[in-house]
Amino acid sequence: MEETVERHTIATLVDNEPGVLARVIGLFSGRGYNIESLTVAEVDEVRNLSRITVVTTGTPMIIEQIKAQLERLVPIHKVSDLTVEGDHVERELALIKVSASGEKRVESLRIADIFRARVVDSTASSFVFETTGSTDKVNAFIELMKPLGLVDVSRTGVVAISRGPEAI
Amino acid sequence: MIAQTQMTGSEIVLKALVDQGVEVVFGYPGGAVLPLYDQMFQQNSVRHVLVRQEGGAVHAAEGYARSTGKTGVVLVTSGPGATNAVTGLTDAMMDSIPVVCFTGQVATHMIGNDAFQEADTVGITRPCTKHNYLVKDVNDLARVLHEAFYVARSGRPGPVVVDLPKDVMLELGNYVSPANVRHASYKPQVKGDLKAIEKAVDMIAAAKKPVFYTGGGVINSGPAASQLLRDLVRLTGFPITSTLMGLGAFPASNEQWLGMLGMHGTYEANLAMANCDLMVCVGARFDDRITGRLDAFSQGSKKIHIDIDPSSINKNVPVDLPIVGDVGHVLEDIIKVWKSRVARPDVKALDAWWAQINRWRARECLNYKASDKTIKPQYALQRLQEKTKDKDVYFTTDVGQHQMWAAQFLHFDKPNRWMTSGGLGTMGYGLPAAMGVQVAHPESLVVAVSGDASLLMNIQELSTITQYRLPVKTFLLNNQYMGMVRQWQELLHGSRYSESYMDSLPDFVKLAESFGGVGLRATTPDELDSVIDEMLATEKSVLCDIVVDSDENCLPMVPSGAPHYEMILGDETNGEVKAEIGDDGLALV
Repeated sequence: MEETVERHTIATLVDNEPGVLARVIGLFSGRGYNIESLTVAEVDEVRNLSRITVVTTGTPMIIEQIKAQLERLVPIHKVSDLTVEGDHVERELALIKVSASGEKRVESLRIADIFRARVVDSTASSFVFETTGSTDKVNAFIELMKPLGLVDVSRTGVVAISRGPEAI
Repeated sequence: MIAQTQMTGSEIVLKALVDQGVEVVFGYPGGAVLPLYDQMFQQNSVRHVLVRQEGGAVHAAEGYARSTGKTGVVLVTSGPGATNAVTGLTDAMMDSIPVVCFTGQVATHMIGNDAFQEADTVGITRPCTKHNYLVKDVNDLARVLHEAFYVARSGRPGPVVVDLPKDVMLELGNYVSPANVRHASYKPQVKGDLKAIEKAVDMIAAAKKPVFYTGGGVINSGPAASQLLRDLVRLTGFPITSTLMGLGAFPASNEQWLGMLGMHGTYEANLAMANCDLMVCVGARFDDRITGRLDAFSQGSKKIHIDIDPSSINKNVPVDLPIVGDVGHVLEDIIKVWKSRVARPDVKALDAWWAQINRWRARECLNYKASDKTIKPQYALQRLQEKTKDKDVYFTTDVGQHQMWAAQFLHFDKPNRWMTSGGLGTMGYGLPAAMGVQVAHPESLVVAVSGDASLLMNIQELSTITQYRLPVKTFLLNNQYMGMVRQWQELLHGSRYSESYMDSLPDFVKLAESFGGVGLRATTPDELDSVIDEMLATEKSVLCDIVVDSDENCLPMVPSGAPHYEMILGDETNGEVKAEIGDDGLALV
């Protein structure tokens, strides 16, 4: 009964209250599910709602369990599996620090330009680049920076939203 | 705008309890809950039962809840009060029992400072409750309290903790009544999808070898659901089995009843499950005690699964037709559709199926070797069953061999009469649970069937039983072993009885007397009846020390790691004995 492991992006709307993130994380760790990426921020000040975006992997049965378990949490308003509910957009933002001089410094700027990454901090021996895009694009940019003096990476994790006029 | 009268946090809690219809609270005081206990002292609407350890309070509340269908309420102090309650909360979580547990907490400005008797109660109880709250603002208190009761009893029931800092109990705030509180996000689905119900009726009408597999969800749905289940089983003529949690939803005296299924279930129930072509799962969750080895579980059957909790569906076993909804509502709709179509089961196929089932029944899998010298535990329970069958009786158990024997040999014809720790398997559950049942039903007979190891885990509650003059009867099957551990060691670990012998047991008769109850003892089969008679005739609490055969094994048994149709049967059953435990079963519990 070997089943294929799938990668799903799940968006949830939750009450913005203490402990809600711990409930979600505790659910994943307690039941042994994977978290590849997790982002959370308040999105609706009036209704006091936050949005949690989780990228997870598992067999179809596990993915179904994850969604059902999330829906069971009392402060969760909505669970949406963006991967199965039509097209969606996924983006990550990364801040990438490269410490280099001479030709490598110039090369890092050239590649940043190709990736449309912006320089948000600069010293005589370093740059901080800001890049946004799909996880693959951010990964590719980081790979290219490694031989050029990559010293530090900070990523937001995936945020995602469905295409078209409908809300979650 | 009418100015509201302000109340203290403690007053708000008591007012909310009254408005929620709470009659009794099981609790234990301490520093952080002193304001609440002071308020408790100044009112007569809510009764408080003082337990001897907080774990006992939660089990008592569970017993109260399971025997009444109401929500059980617990009040404990901060720190150790809360941590002692954790086992009971987990128990209520696993068995889906509605409990609201109030825990004291240090004052809000001290939270996080490692204050005296401080524990991160919401952190600790997050995974073992359905939901929990820490109330930091007295003006949130009333809303949170009403929400807590709503969450505990709605959907799949469960325990809810409300953590109450001491200063919040003393501050003044506004009260809101339950009618003014609506939960923003938690709205479980109770009505089943009608298309799915139509399809279920098609499948039921077409089935040739069907079986109903029912569980605690039927009990939790309320007495009406049990009645609807009886109606549907009668209409279809199908055989029915149940999990440990669901006993009593369908009468054991009915001939369509196959007995309990699972690891210590009957041969006919497990074989019917293995060989059926349609399994109708009603409020059960395909637990590992039921399925045995998963990849061998009832391969040839279509499966319908009715459950109020979507996460129970396709968790362990993929099903063909899930119906999310409350068992009572769904069964009602199935019966409506069945009747409106004037549907008929396939009687000819059913006759052949019943003939097969009756051949399995003929093995008489519960037979055991009788003795006139030592009391067989099965015999003791048969006598207890015989002498209590016409009484208004409730049973609780602890966990182990005695629990499984009780499930096999006590017969339940009504729901809410059987309280046992199923999912968590908590030794020490039986006595405090019986206490809670007796508080709810003061005039009824309440019997805690226990074992010598389990009973000692919460023996202190005999003191509570004496204080409130609760006439709880403890029926102790004393084999001087952790019997189930011993049995597994015999079957799986070469009879090396590592630490399972209970040396230096107390004299249980004297123990009962020292707590102010009555102690009785039976050591031979001919003493048994008179001891049971005396127990039933005594108005006070009684502890019967029934000294039983130390080496008796609880059979039939599906060994761990085996498919659910391969059972170890006793020597006294008809037909050949088979099934052995493979090495892969060693790692399983």
